[in-house]
Amino acid sequence: MMKHILAVLLVLVLAVPAMAQNGPLRLTITDGVIEPITFAAPNFEAENAQAQQVASDLSRLVVQDLAGTGLFREVPATAFISQVSSFAQPVAFADWRAINAQALIVGAVAVNGQQLTVKFRLYDVFSGQELGDGLQFAGTVAGWRRMGHKVADAVYSRITGEGGYFDSRVVFVSESGPKDNRLKRLAIMDFDGANLQFLTDSSAIVLAPRFSPNGDRVLYTSFESGFPRINVLNVANVGRQQLQTAPGEMAFSPRFSRDGRQVIYSLSNGGNTDIYRTDLSSGQNVRLTSAPSIETAPSFSPDGSQIVFESDRSGTQQLYIMGANGGEPRRISFGDGRYGTPVWSPRGDLVAFTKQNAGRFHIGVMRTDGSEERLLTSSFLDEGPSWSPNGRVIMFSRETQGVAGSSTMYSVDISGRNLKAVPVQGGASDPSWGPLQP
Amino acid sequence: MNMLKKAAAVLLILATAACTDPDRFGGGAGGADGAGGAGANGGVAGSASDPASPLYFNQAIGDRVLFVVDSSTITDQGKTILDGQAQWLLTNTDYRAVIEGHADEQGTREYNLALGFRRANAVREYLVSRGVPAARLEVTSFGKERPIEVCSNETCYAQNRRAVTVLSFSAITS
Repeated sequence: MMKHILAVLLVLVLAVPAMAQNGPLRLTITDGVIEPITFAAPNFEAENAQAQQVASDLSRLVVQDLAGTGLFREVPATAFISQVSSFAQPVAFADWRAINAQALIVGAVAVNGQQLTVKFRLYDVFSGQELGDGLQFAGTVAGWRRMGHKVADAVYSRITGEGGYFDSRVVFVSESGPKDNRLKRLAIMDFDGANLQFLTDSSAIVLAPRFSPNGDRVLYTSFESGFPRINVLNVANVGRQQLQTAPGEMAFSPRFSRDGRQVIYSLSNGGNTDIYRTDLSSGQNVRLTSAPSIETAPSFSPDGSQIVFESDRSGTQQLYIMGANGGEPRRISFGDGRYGTPVWSPRGDLVAFTKQNAGRFHIGVMRTDGSEERLLTSSFLDEGPSWSPNGRVIMFSRETQGVAGSSTMYSVDISGRNLKAVPVQGGASDPSWGPLQP
Repeated sequence: MNMLKKAAAVLLILATAACTDPDRFGGGAGGADGAGGAGANGGVAGSASDPASPLYFNQAIGDRVLFVVDSSTITDQGKTILDGQAQWLLTNTDYRAVIEGHADEQGTREYNLALGFRRANAVREYLVSRGVPAARLEVTSFGKERPIEVCSNETCYAQNRRAVTVLSFSAITS
């Protein structure tokens, strides 16, 4: 049955044209897209001498961001016929058409003391039009990477019609030490692994950090007391405090509501684990499930009306959806194996999960009614998916087996393409991908 | 006053004992906890041949029980060990215990935390059914975070699916 559905889907997906041939440059991201958009990004013009280095680094970063998606391919500078010496000069479209660059990104950078200004324009080469208006960003020289990510986000967004994800951060667990005495500490970095900072020391085990919707706070589970408890950490000043949960022997697996005012989590008492909700301002607790089975890993729908979670009430871990106030849940996972760690996509259309079957672990996605299940990865141990801000990419942990086993974070498109390790020094697990920064 | 002495002993233990040491998760399956000096039940004199010693509890009786995959059912072998633990705890009433549940690495993090908790609680319930006051027993779970064996096959997994009864010397004053 499932095979038939998948086969039908595949046909449908392949039948969708990946790219409109007429009209303005537009890449519609579907599962069928395999031909990347070609672009040229001449080194951004340095408007003064101090801007030379940043201009070069920043243009390379824009290229790296775009090419890194697998949806864009750079036409290298060695192929250029025409050079862009000035941001203001008219574009010789014929020269860019001749080298088959569909998009042209032109930019200029100025540095005044610690101030950095970046301008850019995006051209649709084949229609000879500018795509959107020129944009200007101002920031600091130290924050040049963010400015590059913003340019790349704007280009991505204009060509795909969807939000980007480059100017975003990831909070995760940095790991070191042997497998039987692993040291874990919270860390934060840019989505591409740059600007790594530690948020806690490694004196107590910390697990599964979760960003608040606007990225100002992080929920995580800590063993500081010897018993799992939920902490709330303020990202700006790294201050932290314990979440006042309902009374319980253990509290873990927290996640924010979309408005950042409520936390849903698992609480354990007398051997049993259920899901609770705590309102951060009133401190009021509500018990959402009451079953003798394990209920954990809750995640809100984007509109806040529903919660997807995992339960072993059927005998094995499966995915369920219930209302935000509890009530009778409906099971959505029915394939072979076990399903855990569901996370509702930011668009609301999909649930990402970890699937365990026949000795392998997979990251997958399914529709919220359980249909169209698609496994994106397979390994000895993949787990803990987290969505990019635009719902196009998933980051997760992959642990290798054996005595020297260690954990690395990976990202993969929801099409299953573009699987790659996130470059971080040392072991890394439990990524939580934060929002696009303002 | 006896009470005061006991209170002082409790304070001393709290200040020095390994019960707050995050890296105390037990040595090998043989119960080497005490051997390293910083073992779970360290701090109180007594060799393994002294039936009133924590070392005896750890090694002669056995401080841990093992579980089959995804189960929190106490096995017959486990029951024998827990009968011994219960007897010891009933004799040595100045000790409390934290029962730590663990899981092997084949599972997701959250589920394994909940599963470890189930295992720890199964041990607590068994000990209580044998007369140990519930107030002396706490439970926690480390899920798959603290394996004692590190290979990725059933030999190691079988040792990691465990619940360990970790003693601490502390008078019950209530």
